[in-house]
Amino acid sequence: MSLVVLRRVSFAYDGTPVLVDIDFTIEEGDFLAIIGPNGSGKTTLVKLVLGLLRPTSGQVEIFGRPPAALTDRRKVGYVPQKATHIDPFFPASVEEVVGMALLSGSRPGGRSGREARARVHRALGEVGMADFAKGPVGRLSGGQQQRVFIARALVTSPRILFLDEPTTGVDAETQDSFYEMLHRLNRSEGLTIVLVTHDIGIVNKHVNRVACLNQRLVYHGDHEGFCRSEAFREMIAHGNHLIAHEH
Amino acid sequence: MQALLAYGFLQRAFLAGLFIAVACAVLGVFLVLRKDAMIGHGLSHIAFAGVALGLFLNVLPLAAALVVAVGAALAVVKLKGRAGLHGDTAIGIFSSLGLALGVLLASLARSFNVELMSYLFGDILAIEPLEVALAVGLAAAVLVAVRLNYDKLLFMTFDRESARAAGIKVGRLDTLLMVLTAVTIVLGMKVVGILLVAALIVIPAAAGLQVASSFRAAIGASAAVAVTAVAGGLGLSLVLNIPASAAIVVLCFLAFVVLFLVKKGRGVPPAAA
Repeated sequence: MSLVVLRRVSFAYDGTPVLVDIDFTIEEGDFLAIIGPNGSGKTTLVKLVLGLLRPTSGQVEIFGRPPAALTDRRKVGYVPQKATHIDPFFPASVEEVVGMALLSGSRPGGRSGREARARVHRALGEVGMADFAKGPVGRLSGGQQQRVFIARALVTSPRILFLDEPTTGVDAETQDSFYEMLHRLNRSEGLTIVLVTHDIGIVNKHVNRVACLNQRLVYHGDHEGFCRSEAFREMIAHGNHLIAHEH
Repeated sequence: MQALLAYGFLQRAFLAGLFIAVACAVLGVFLVLRKDAMIGHGLSHIAFAGVALGLFLNVLPLAAALVVAVGAALAVVKLKGRAGLHGDTAIGIFSSLGLALGVLLASLARSFNVELMSYLFGDILAIEPLEVALAVGLAAAVLVAVRLNYDKLLFMTFDRESARAAGIKVGRLDTLLMVLTAVTIVLGMKVVGILLVAALIVIPAAAGLQVASSFRAAIGASAAVAVTAVAGGLGLSLVLNIPASAAIVVLCFLAFVVLFLVKKGRGVPPAAA
């Protein structure tokens, strides 16, 4: 089943084209990497799917509806670029950061406090951060904060999770365990994952689909096909690297 | 002190002061963290034009200030969105205009008098029963509005883009926050005056943020500072015969210094539970 469909989507900032004629689907269960050089339109593509931007032309659908008409936003999890560039003095505890996505405190008759807390702790458990629930999020390391933001994206039990450059500024060892965690969520929970990155090196162990962007969609298919593609050779020629695939 | 509290004017001052203090402190935490702390300063100048308009038209100055400040708050939001101005520029425009119109209207109404001064410097001990009812009712309404939108406001303040992706209408929440701030500023005007009301929004919040490790704790600490300062300021004003508004602001600042030193003494709190 296609969770996301883009039909001939183009987008321009002040007349400058960023994305041109994108036809593209994301299927349920995909672990998709959207890759491409800086400025290739990767983040813009995700923002179009989430409804944060509107296409200049073409159609975007998520769960069969235009993003603006998607009423149940809990189906969609999102960890934005620079999520961890938060104000270190912002006085939010880890459980507050995760719980804010439930919007339970904003809805009279919404989820009870106990149920909300249970969900928050379950989400923190999934990312291995349950022991940090009461601490201030600003004092965590970049890798730990990233897990907290994933827990916030998971707390509503989404069916699709978008992550925009999630490991920027995170050390290599932490990155490995981070991708292990995403792999587990994709395989055992059936969560569809869309990962935006400019580093094709992460397309190593876990990703099963690749979309390569450079204003246009220059490749969309499985990982093996990508490694044999012209798009891959172009990216290598422009200085991006690839770690050997280890399926 | 107990005997003093038997006086109606003191009961009114405490009742209105405490409600307004909590409303200012709660909104202040959101505004300070959004780096919108100066909105209080700007809206208070605009409210001055409203007070002058009320005196000019001979209607309740507090009500006139309320209408003008809320209208200006909506205009600031529009100006930020449409004219592409930064928030502080939009506030700068309206705050100067507010002060200028206030001076003009007060001059036309020939009302550079004691009543106008009471709005500039606050005169909570002279608060009327109708004003108390207005203050308590509106401050309670502000707190209820924040409670109903608590998670959305927190989410938007912490991470605006993710909040939008979660379906939160951040534009509407911006407007709500500005309108609530305008209402609170007008109420605070009677407690500490136009010239000092921004202090009730900014200083308790800044003080609370020194020691809080969670958002709820920040709101609690900010409210505690504001309530203590208002109650203490009123008490000092009676005992020492000094202006309550100045005493309240100085106490807010002292609380900020104390909590800053507490934070310094404690060092950086640990991240883990």
